[in-house]
Amino acid sequence: MSRVRVLAGTRKGAFILTSDGKRDKWEVSGPHFAGWEIYHLKGSPADPNRLYASQTSGWFGQIIQRSDDGGKTWHQPGTPPGEAPAPGPPKPASNKFVYDASAETGKPLTTHQWYDGTQHAWEFKRVWHLEPSLKDPNTVYAGVEDAAIFRSTDGGENWKELPGLRGHGTGPNWQPGAGGMCLHTIILDPSNAQRMWIAISAAGAFRTDDGGKSWKPINRGLRSQYIPDPNAEIGHCVHHIAMNPSRPGVLFMQKHWDVMRSDDAGDNWKEVSGNLPTDFGFAIDVHAHEPETIYVVPIKSDSEHFVPDGKLRVFRSRTGGNEWEALTKGLPQKDCYVNVLRDAMAVDSLDKCGVYFGTSGGQVYASADAGDSWNPIVRDLPAVLSVEVQTLP
Amino acid sequence: MIRVILPQHLRTLAHVGSEVQLEVAAPVTVRSLLDALEARYPMLRGTIRDHVTQQRRPFLRFFACEEDLSHESPDAPLPDAVASGKEPLLIIGAIAGG
Repeated sequence: MSRVRVLAGTRKGAFILTSDGKRDKWEVSGPHFAGWEIYHLKGSPADPNRLYASQTSGWFGQIIQRSDDGGKTWHQPGTPPGEAPAPGPPKPASNKFVYDASAETGKPLTTHQWYDGTQHAWEFKRVWHLEPSLKDPNTVYAGVEDAAIFRSTDGGENWKELPGLRGHGTGPNWQPGAGGMCLHTIILDPSNAQRMWIAISAAGAFRTDDGGKSWKPINRGLRSQYIPDPNAEIGHCVHHIAMNPSRPGVLFMQKHWDVMRSDDAGDNWKEVSGNLPTDFGFAIDVHAHEPETIYVVPIKSDSEHFVPDGKLRVFRSRTGGNEWEALTKGLPQKDCYVNVLRDAMAVDSLDKCGVYFGTSGGQVYASADAGDSWNPIVRDLPAVLSVEVQTLP
Repeated sequence: MIRVILPQHLRTLAHVGSEVQLEVAAPVTVRSLLDALEARYPMLRGTIRDHVTQQRRPFLRFFACEEDLSHESPDAPLPDAVASGKEPLLIIGAIAGG
């Protein structure tokens, strides 16, 4: 029987939640890396036992952790615990993220726009998102703050920026959102190894069609009232993008405000907020088997980061947007004021599709019936930053 | 042997107890001590000082012999009591956040 493994990153460590295919009884492992912020952890589609985790601290900076046994043991790539250091020069450091300033890039950017509109030096702060390759367990992408994308091809031991993103021309106009200037979304195209999408708060969405050498903004149709030109090419605070792997050209976006969809790989977007009670939010995902079924968790506003009316409701559209239904069975419908962050929702690929999300209140909820009903796997974790799911044989 | 006391999270990363002991060639400075620490425990690289600039991370401080050495030159000799192993160098995470 299939199993599922839920990877939850929290403000104070990582937790691994496992169950069989029924998804009604769960084992909880953790905290791993207790006391550290775990922005994201994700497994390799090519080797489910290969997991990567982003461990960060305002005091001690960035750490990358890797597991080769499904999360039972972890080590920093290149520095296995207990191993004596090799003689000679220091080994590569798995937490060394250095922006590319080489002449070959043509445009080694050094500044972006700051909150007050002045230019500000690009400074590495943390890894927000790790996206393992679909084919190679040793290849993994990292979306970082200040916004850039890095790639490792040796299991996380060394990282190299793909500088064409920052260098394509609009970088000096990118600016941080409230959470910092983060590259938080990376989507790989299963039908085209040269194509991927990324999103940055607050710059917008970008796509490469040549394996990351060059990038272009794909924000046509987005409209943001908080920037001088609401229809500008860049400057939009895209919160998250989701895609069903069976339809790589169709993308769904939760923008700061507005839920959007694109049917042409991001070249054009249209709003599909429809009858949502509020179209502000962070998380969005797509049903594993029904590519027109999407999920969001509306949040009251950008000033009040909690669910509206004290009710935790997932909204589901079976029509690719515009028409939404509230999913409430098993979720608190009174006095609830949690948030659900951008990387804190995921789906499994079982039948029926499982849907999972984590909250700022430390709950991880699971639905084993595509959202019709929900149960908390855990109720009292630290604030949840990210949720990923692996469907295991 | 030079004695170094690490903050809790770095002990966890390096899989050590509160105090580590290092061989450091004279003259013993913050730079030579951290070089030796990172060579012995490479998982600590980047956590105490920046990979590129080698600057002390801003929320960390260096104390020894009841003095704050955080703003001394990294190439200034550490007190004799630290160099002789009588006193440890304390790497302290700033108390911030409540």
